[in-house]
Amino acid sequence: MRPTHSGTMSTLKHKKRNLEENEDEQLPIFDKDVGEGVHHLTLDDGEEDQGDLSDSEESVFSGLEESGSDSDDEEEEEDEEGVSEEKSSDVEGDETADGDGDDQLSAKEVIKPQTDGQNSKEKKKKKKAAGKEGGKEGVASDTDSGLQISSQVDEYEHDTSDEEDIRNTVGNIPMEWYKDYPHIGYNLDGKKIFKPIRNKDELDEFLDKMENPDYWRTVQDKMTGAEIRLSDEQVDLVHRLQQGTFGDVNFNEYEPAIDFFSNEVMIHPVTNRPQDKRSFIPSLIEKEKVGKLVHAIKMGWIKPRRPKETTPQYYDLWAKEDPNSILGRHKMHVPAPKMKLPGHEESYNPPPEYLMSEEERLAWEQQDPEDRKLSFLPQKFACLRAVPAYSRFIHERFERCLDLYLCPRQRKMRVNVNPEDLIPKLPKPKDLQPFPTTQSLVYRGHSSLVRSISVSPSGQWLISGSDDCTVRFWEVSTARCLKTVEVGGAVKGVAWNPNPSICLVAVSYDDTVVLLNPGLGDRLVCTATDQLISSYEDPEEVKDQLVQWAVAEGEGHELGHRLILKHPKTVRQVTWHGKGDYLACVMPDNGSSLQVVIHQVSKRRTQNPFRKNKGLVQCVSFHPIRPYFFVATQRYVRVYNLIKQELTKKLMANCKWISSMAIHPGGDNVICGSYDCRLAWFDLDLSTKPYKVLRHHKKALRSVAYHRHYPLFASGSDDGSVIVCHGMVYNDLLQNPLIVPVKVLKGHTITHDLGVLDVTFHPTQPWVFSSGADGTVRLFT
Amino acid sequence: MGGLQKKKYESGSATNYISRNKARKKLSLSLADFRRLCILKGIYPHEPKHKKKVNKGSTAPRTFYLLKDIRFLLHEPIVGKFREYKIFVRKLRKAYGKAEWSGVQRMKENKPAYKLDHIVKERYPTFIDAVRDVDDALSMCFLFSTFARTGKCHVQTIQLCRRLSIEWMNYIIASRSLRKVFLSIKGIYYQAEVLGQTITWIIPYQFAHDHPTDVDYRVMATFTELYTTLLGFVNFRLYQTLNLVYPPKLDGQGEFSLKSEFEEDYALESESYTEKLSALSASLARTVPSVEEEEAQLDHFPAEGEDLEKMEARERTELEQNKQKKLFEGLKFFLNREVPRESLAFVIRCFGGQVSWDKSLCIGSTYDETDETITHHIVDRPTIDKQYINRYYIQPQWVYDCVNGKILLPVEEYFLGVTLPPHLSPFVEESEGDYVPPEKLKLLALQRGQKPPEEEEEEEEEEEEDEDDEEEDDQSEDEDEAEDEANLAEMEEKRAQGKSLSVKVTPGKVKPENRMRTEQEEKAEEKRLAIMMMKKREKYLYDKIMFGKKRHVREANKLAAKRKAHDDANKADKKTKKKKC
Repeated sequence: MRPTHSGTMSTLKHKKRNLEENEDEQLPIFDKDVGEGVHHLTLDDGEEDQGDLSDSEESVFSGLEESGSDSDDEEEEEDEEGVSEEKSSDVEGDETADGDGDDQLSAKEVIKPQTDGQNSKEKKKKKKAAGKEGGKEGVASDTDSGLQISSQVDEYEHDTSDEEDIRNTVGNIPMEWYKDYPHIGYNLDGKKIFKPIRNKDELDEFLDKMENPDYWRTVQDKMTGAEIRLSDEQVDLVHRLQQGTFGDVNFNEYEPAIDFFSNEVMIHPVTNRPQDKRSFIPSLIEKEKVGKLVHAIKMGWIKPRRPKETTPQYYDLWAKEDPNSILGRHKMHVPAPKMKLPGHEESYNPPPEYLMSEEERLAWEQQDPEDRKLSFLPQKFACLRAVPAYSRFIHERFERCLDLYLCPRQRKMRVNVNPEDLIPKLPKPKDLQPFPTTQSLVYRGHSSLVRSISVSPSGQWLISGSDDCTVRFWEVSTARCLKTVEVGGAVKGVAWNPNPSICLVAVSYDDTVVLLNPGLGDRLVCTATDQLISSYEDPEEVKDQLVQWAVAEGEGHELGHRLILKHPKTVRQVTWHGKGDYLACVMPDNGSSLQVVIHQVSKRRTQNPFRKNKGLVQCVSFHPIRPYFFVATQRYVRVYNLIKQELTKKLMANCKWISSMAIHPGGDNVICGSYDCRLAWFDLDLSTKPYKVLRHHKKALRSVAYHRHYPLFASGSDDGSVIVCHGMVYNDLLQNPLIVPVKVLKGHTITHDLGVLDVTFHPTQPWVFSSGADGTVRLFT
Repeated sequence: MGGLQKKKYESGSATNYISRNKARKKLSLSLADFRRLCILKGIYPHEPKHKKKVNKGSTAPRTFYLLKDIRFLLHEPIVGKFREYKIFVRKLRKAYGKAEWSGVQRMKENKPAYKLDHIVKERYPTFIDAVRDVDDALSMCFLFSTFARTGKCHVQTIQLCRRLSIEWMNYIIASRSLRKVFLSIKGIYYQAEVLGQTITWIIPYQFAHDHPTDVDYRVMATFTELYTTLLGFVNFRLYQTLNLVYPPKLDGQGEFSLKSEFEEDYALESESYTEKLSALSASLARTVPSVEEEEAQLDHFPAEGEDLEKMEARERTELEQNKQKKLFEGLKFFLNREVPRESLAFVIRCFGGQVSWDKSLCIGSTYDETDETITHHIVDRPTIDKQYINRYYIQPQWVYDCVNGKILLPVEEYFLGVTLPPHLSPFVEESEGDYVPPEKLKLLALQRGQKPPEEEEEEEEEEEEDEDDEEEDDQSEDEDEAEDEANLAEMEEKRAQGKSLSVKVTPGKVKPENRMRTEQEEKAEEKRLAIMMMKKREKYLYDKIMFGKKRHVREANKLAAKRKAHDDANKADKKTKKKKC
């Protein structure tokens, strides 16, 4: 399509040219204004020369430009006229002939070079003219215009707008500056242009409006002050412009587009410009450049570009590997763990047990993806062909990548403990015998809870007090109930006098403590006890007692009642001193000063050892050897010296509520049971804090007891079990007591959430008695 | 006292760690570049022991890197390359904006590139280190090699991955180091033993990927960049150890035999060679024309006691392995077109079998279906029209199960149209107390050389057994009754001891003491008592361990129960069917 295309760097140059052209564009307009005379011609010539210098491919250029505007042709014509007037006459004839028909003109022009080839000068001129045209507005070339349908009339032909402007030479100034002058400006010759003689006043205006039928189309020319009547065409133009249509009536907005530079290869060139001479002559500049390059190549200054390596090169990277070369950061390096290997459940054909059942599947779907144990649903396929792609494959790889570079790593010391090693090494229970192992006897008879039991110092008899308002005496070895004594209320506590020469039992119910003589065992002892009580003589001076002492008579005496002590409050616990003369009673009442009383049976005297009690007293106990008195409140055990009448120790039990307490026969160790399932062992020589806290029971402890001779202690709890522990206390002060649980004894059934209520040891044998909420007393041997 | 008061967070762990943002600023890299650098250099965050201390008192969630690691990154040449690349991108964008196409062209030609060789060397100072860590590299390369050559990443990367994975597979074939294969629902797992390291990788099934949108492919691409470099060097070295030519070349005869008229139709000249390599049907060329490989004999050293035992065990395993390596030797396989060709060809060739397929299926087939010497024809469809007499028609699972079982399994269970036995994971090694599926037990028995009873006999036996069972049941019932009576008597005795107030003395029976049982009971009691004496902390730990153990047992029991229920249901089905017949 570009026959005359010769340059290699066409595009760039082209653009440059284009710019120049654009600059040129304004020039000719000015030219046009200036003139039609000789001036024009000379200037034109100068421009042509310029054009010649720079312009190498006019044809190409002109071919590219938009070809539509016909005005160029007119200009061209004018130029040509100028030329032809000077040079040739026959052509002029032609030109003048087709003054209005542009298409004809173009046709002629096409033909001209072919026919009148001899007139070379003319041709040249023509070419130059064309060049100029191109320079001016991007002209359609000769052939272009030939193709162009240009039936329109040249609208600038009769256009006088330019001249109008020039009639007054004052320029573009506000005309009111001439308001006070008689003239309105100067014409081209420098003469004044005078205003119309008389200005119209309002009346004139009105009259004019009324009378003049062309008033509406009359406009005043501001420059000259003259009135101009618009022609029909002009009015039309105004209308059209107001409507926003094209000013030209004949302009067709929707002309069919003609695609010149399509992909179709035409047989004929678009332009018919012959090729330039320089397209045949080798360029000197290029030659020079090439020469330089050749020289540089010859000299080895320019080397061909090395072919790029597209594939990576591999070699023996570890040829000189140094196993000792470890990184600086190697010390802290935590290698990434490998991925977990798949189990049976991931198989495409797993064993049936690995498939999820319906419920399991539902549960799996409900879980959060993070919580799931398996990240996929096990599936079974009949054949390999049926296995689909795994949709989360890329996800899993990606997650692995993320783990590798994003997951914080930490070295964690995992202790691989054998659980067996955690179990403390204790002496075997077998080696710690004797201790009770089996339940051998059950003492049945009570119909309600058995709250308290006690064994006679000889170990032959057992007394039990129950909520069914009875006290029963049992023979230990046969479980026979020898005697049943009814009392006036639920029995809270029973205690056998530890003195073997006295046969006396203290029974507490409600606010009463009754001293009973069961009349069991050695007749001599019984009678001696009776005599002892009856031999009491009232002292001379009668003191006001806290407690009423009364001697049982009549029916009560028959039953065995000997002394009745009426307390002001409910008595909860009774306990004897080791010698059997003193009896301590607990009447728990918060804030009261009268919570503990000590009775001396031989003198029938009662004393209140404490002026004030701190807290709620739970239980009390005498020291087996020394004159100490233990008082357990909710959280502390206080040890008082009875002789010095002072507080010696305060033991902190580390528990919420102490339920029971027992003193080691040696006197240096105390155990406390509490309602929060703990058993605290205190070593009085060691500390006021527990030496050991045992949490063996599942429920609240109700009672604890020491054996008198054997190194045993027992605890009974609401969970229905009695735990017997080996608690060895050494004579060597440096050696801490050894505590080993040896047996869990079960037998009591839990009723009303209560299990074992009281435990006590046999005084001589390694046997333990327990009373429970199920109304039984059991003997474990 | 006196002296300056020590300021907080100016020594100790607070100075040993650096938060990610600070590290990024220190390196003056963008987040993406920092991420890339961390991936390439293998820098990962560390979890400090006392997070609050390191975080200077704040509890905001932050990731921490070791300051040493970041310092180590500071003088990494690749950081400079990253900056260069950033500048390059900026220039390129500018050139595009100005439509300077020649400039764009030129810049693209001079695109800054970096090599990861030194990083690989640095991260894996010894070859064994590299081999040990090649698992993820393999999985990733195999995944990338299955990507379509459009979109998600550069075509060159995909081609490189494909090339490397083929090289790897060829090496595994040549060294016969494949050990285990597992067909999972995710893909096919392979486990090989290379230079004493177990290496496991997974290949997805041959399907087009449904690319997820929530995956950052840039991260994956960066990893792949590193992995391809690593794998390339590892492959090179591995080929060297076997005296193979590194860019792998087919053996002379192999090459000749692979020539066929379909070649031109199949692939371009440039690609056909790699395709032939990927066919995995021919052996590779060696640098030293090898005489038949001599098996490295274990040297015998005089040893005593435990050493001797160990030695014997080692010898046994060696022998077993050698046997496994030659599992398919002498067998000729033919793959039907619906089976996964690459996987099966790989596995069969790894164990010395010969394999071929239809010519139109893939390049590199060595013999036709009509070959009379074919022993196994692998088919994955219910029936096949034309069957040759002197070969087994089996389903593909047989090959994999044989490999995992290390023996040639009986083919009967794998015939066409037969319900396949479950495919078990070879990676599970059941320890004591774990649930072992019955199929595994069967396999173990087979490995020990015991013959499984035949199907029909089994059924008959089953019936017999059933009868026996019933008889046994009767017997046991009798026994039960006797026991019950004894129990009753005992109960009565107890009651007599306890409740009955009417004193009645019955002559006591002498109970034969079960010594073992009492002993056990005693021990249990002892333990229970000792547990009671444990310290609180130890007790907690102990309880936790025991809970874990119990859960384990529970799970095993659950599986066993499930299996039993399933088997029972199956049996019932069978019986009803039989009765109908």
